[in-house]
Amino acid sequence: MKEKPTAQTKTKPKPKRKTKKLREQGRREFLRSTALLVGMVGASLVGLIPLIGQANARLRPPGALKDRLDEQEFLSACIKCGQCVQVCPVEAIKLADIDDGVGIGVPHIEARDQACDFSCDGLQCVLACPTGALTHDIDYPAEARMGLARLARPGRCLAVRGQPFKGAARGLDHPALLRFESVDRWNPIRLAEHPFELPLCDLCVRLCPIEIRIAQCEAGTPPSGDPNQCPPLHAIRLEPKPDGLSATPVVLDGCVGCGVCEMVCPAEPAAIVVDIHRSADFQ
Amino acid sequence: MSYFVDSLRQLAGLKPVKPTPEQIPIPIQLIYKEKRKTPLTRDALQAVEAGHERSPNRHKWRNRRWITLIVVNLLFVVSYVLDVQLIEGALTASRVIGFHLADLNSALQVTLAYKHIVINLLIGTLTVLVLWILLGGRTFCSWVCPYHLVAEGAESLHLWLAKRGWAIDIQFHRTVRAVFYVIFALLALLTGYTVFETISPTGILSRALIYGPGLAMLWILALLAFEVLLSRRAWCRYVCPIGITYGLVGVVSPLRVQYNMQSCHHEGDCRSVCLVPHVLDVTIRGRAKALTTDIGADCTRCGLCVDICPTSSLSYKFKGLEKAL
Repeated sequence: MKEKPTAQTKTKPKPKRKTKKLREQGRREFLRSTALLVGMVGASLVGLIPLIGQANARLRPPGALKDRLDEQEFLSACIKCGQCVQVCPVEAIKLADIDDGVGIGVPHIEARDQACDFSCDGLQCVLACPTGALTHDIDYPAEARMGLARLARPGRCLAVRGQPFKGAARGLDHPALLRFESVDRWNPIRLAEHPFELPLCDLCVRLCPIEIRIAQCEAGTPPSGDPNQCPPLHAIRLEPKPDGLSATPVVLDGCVGCGVCEMVCPAEPAAIVVDIHRSADFQ
Repeated sequence: MSYFVDSLRQLAGLKPVKPTPEQIPIPIQLIYKEKRKTPLTRDALQAVEAGHERSPNRHKWRNRRWITLIVVNLLFVVSYVLDVQLIEGALTASRVIGFHLADLNSALQVTLAYKHIVINLLIGTLTVLVLWILLGGRTFCSWVCPYHLVAEGAESLHLWLAKRGWAIDIQFHRTVRAVFYVIFALLALLTGYTVFETISPTGILSRALIYGPGLAMLWILALLAFEVLLSRRAWCRYVCPIGITYGLVGVVSPLRVQYNMQSCHHEGDCRSVCLVPHVLDVTIRGRAKALTTDIGADCTRCGLCVDICPTSSLSYKFKGLEKAL
């Protein structure tokens, strides 16, 4: 790209008249640029397609600015930085990929793989969020409205079938983490390292973070010694059946939809699941 | 004043204005005249270039820049992987030892889509704004953006292929980038979603480095393939709104590349390596209106021109620093 020295003309610049060739070049450049514009903007608009029918709605971290399946505010406020991912002690939060379109880089939780167990107590993801996409209006786990648990497959529920449970809730190979305060207050351990021996399976009630907090409060030892941590309502209970041998898990108004029951359910697929289109406020 | 106007014209993609002979002061005209009297032969020029090619400073700024870019991005990765919490988050928004930082363009997109002013985001945005005012605006592009680094690799490949006729360089009208900027801003405002983030290679690559790659890498590969085979540095040159956002910051930045016309041979080496060669039009014979000219805000301060200039006619300047010292 060597510049050829051109003779400098001393005459005044003539009014520019574009030759036919130049006009044609300009026209082609304009068409090319328009094509680039249409192509790139088109590609970005493809990102809106997953919104149709709210197909990309997912279980979101606590405090997500959403109303059941309507995630518009949450998706727009999220700056896609993943700070919530980084602070979660059980690594429950994942970021969505490009197939979520405008939801790319937005956090979600796959409860069956790894649910939010509130083992951080202080809602670290909410505190980490720089934009309030996880709203700072909530301070305690009981205030979260992520979804609502539902006994989706009663026929598979061990309690409904009157069966005991022995062993690791999800088998010895499952990587899920959960905090057991009796084992370690600060560090969650693998679910596989904490086997159970239960005459009637009640894992979904026994391991429910809300129920655990209520039990602590009733014992006079609320989490972190903070009475505000005490949930006002129960989330789930086991209702005995008339036969006295079996029972049905019943989801109550204190359920926040964290997904721990879905994660720990030993049935395959899980008998109890979290619905994201419902919450304790709207059923 | 003309620096601001020229910078804004560059960012809008308008053609640089050629000065008329009357606009060039007599002393400058004399220097040009002097140069014409003793024209440099091709052999002499090649000797100068060859001498510079062996200089130990030939890749000084490029090497510093690559190290900086890699270190900054690795800090994000290491902070998360080793949980040392130096820089938490990704390039779109982060926290450095507790202080919020937010990418200006991501913050703008979120604000337009969400339509709320979020205090933490505002604090992070202002911090980053001050930082890049001091450091030169589009310095972000060449010294931090991970896509810039991979695109530089793709550019080398493109040039290698183009020399053999296996790749072409389709050029677009540079105003198209400004049109993209307005369209992406309007899309965020009207749809209520951060539409641009879906295709932003900066965000995608930063998250891929920190949280692991995914399907989105296919989009990055498609962009790179387009740049390698069809259009040199197309994303950065013609599309990326992040470049304009930081370019606007650069308009008021004191850190600039400065051109000294006295020693220049006008051979155009600087323009051949530049990502945004239009900012270097002042290096064409007969274009300079003063002995020294600051290169406009569309310049990414990457230093490739500083490195390649055989006569050191281009150098980094921090405006007002000499006066202060």
